[in-house]
Amino acid sequence: MLESLLFVVMGTIMIVCAGGVVFQKNPIYSAIFLIQTMVSLAVLYVLLHAQFIAVVQVMVYAGAVMVLFVFVIMLLNIDKIEEEMGKDRLVYQKVTAIFFGLLLFAVIGIVTLKSVLQGTKGEYTPEKISEIGNTQLVGKLLFTDYIFPFEIASILLFAATIGALILAKKGLKE
Amino acid sequence: MMDLILFSLVSGIKISIVIGLLLLTIAYLIWVERKVMAHMQVRLGPMRVGWHGLLQPIADGLKLIFKEDIIPSQANKIIFVVAPVIAVVPALMSFAVIPFGDKISIAGYSIDMVIADVNIGILYILAVTSVGVYGIILAGWSSSNKYSLLGGLRSSAQMISYELSLGLSLIGVLMMTQSLSLVDIVNAQSKWWFVIFQPIGFMVYAISAIAEVNRCPFDLPEAETELVAGYHTEYSSMKFSLFFMAEYANIITVSAIAVSFFFGGWRGPFLPPVVWFLIKMFLCIFFFVWIRSTFPRFRYDQLMNFGWKFLLPVAIANILITGLVMVLIG
Repeated sequence: MLESLLFVVMGTIMIVCAGGVVFQKNPIYSAIFLIQTMVSLAVLYVLLHAQFIAVVQVMVYAGAVMVLFVFVIMLLNIDKIEEEMGKDRLVYQKVTAIFFGLLLFAVIGIVTLKSVLQGTKGEYTPEKISEIGNTQLVGKLLFTDYIFPFEIASILLFAATIGALILAKKGLKE
Repeated sequence: MMDLILFSLVSGIKISIVIGLLLLTIAYLIWVERKVMAHMQVRLGPMRVGWHGLLQPIADGLKLIFKEDIIPSQANKIIFVVAPVIAVVPALMSFAVIPFGDKISIAGYSIDMVIADVNIGILYILAVTSVGVYGIILAGWSSSNKYSLLGGLRSSAQMISYELSLGLSLIGVLMMTQSLSLVDIVNAQSKWWFVIFQPIGFMVYAISAIAEVNRCPFDLPEAETELVAGYHTEYSSMKFSLFFMAEYANIITVSAIAVSFFFGGWRGPFLPPVVWFLIKMFLCIFFFVWIRSTFPRFRYDQLMNFGWKFLLPVAIANILITGLVMVLIG
């Protein structure tokens, strides 16, 4: 009872905030709405007994990634760029956006309807997770069954770090 | 249903006691800081209001409430008003998972002396405090003042940089306890404090904690000589004092984490657990004030170099050494 009530409340907040991200003119407001969406999503993870993912969601997305977003928006002074660009350039963008948006909704609808109706219960039930411990379970799976994707991700991040370093050094020389 | 009502009632009482005491402590921390610093500089500090200035925080609070609340005409009004709240709420929220005593039983109902014993305790604190950065960035941006913006950017860059070494310095302890819950971590220290096994981890934690709460010698965000007052230049009245409250609440939180992680939490002989917890916490806070009145401020590039090129490698090396020793001993 309490869980479904919380789900409805957080879901509503999330949808309103996600709408705010798209509809706000001021990029800073959009960023703040996006942060709120991330935090509400973390609450949904808690309702799904995934506390570790919930906290990591707040720490990484709300706490680190969005800080960089806000940084960039503040330093770039986007209001000026918008004035220079004008508004008539966005015509094709709108049509494409509507098309792909509808496509996305269709895909999400089909997948949700199918998986809700035919979904099977997995190996890790909430009881089993709370018995082993949420973080322990994630760690164990990450270093056994999912070690290959995990290592691939680490290589990808390492390459990105090197790329960022090279770009930063290039700017210094010129 | 009865359980749910009882649970909400007990939690509500615990939350109100903790928040009430926290706010009172914040008010008196300002007095403690002024007094301790004054005596370290061979002065007397506040003496007029009450015995040895004991009523000074109340007088200051009243003064701040009655001051004119100014919102600059160029400021973004909504964000300008919301920013101090964003700064103060996470600072108070992080106290929810810190244990300040052993279990006690009242009328056959056992009560944990912690608001919520969640299995991800320390990650919760790190996550909540990382949201607090927004208060400072948004305050700096919404004031539309160059000093505020520079102060906000500096502060958030500093907090993000030192958050990494702060988190990594705690991992040594987490590896030894195999748990993220602060209750388990305190229970694991029934014989030896972790500061004995993790001296490097503690040093890294102490340094990055000072930087994390923007205190001297890492108080560059509000370096008076360069930035007037940093991100809160344009703030006055209660909005200004909310930033002040957030800073002191953060000092209390990092001290409480230090006590729980490295100094055995509420454990100690003879005295009740809560008293031990408070004694240890106030010693940590005293250490903060002591450092403030001893060291001069860093330069900004020194701060960044120190954080990324020294503190972070040391923290990672500490994790490697801890892991190696644990594997060798078994």
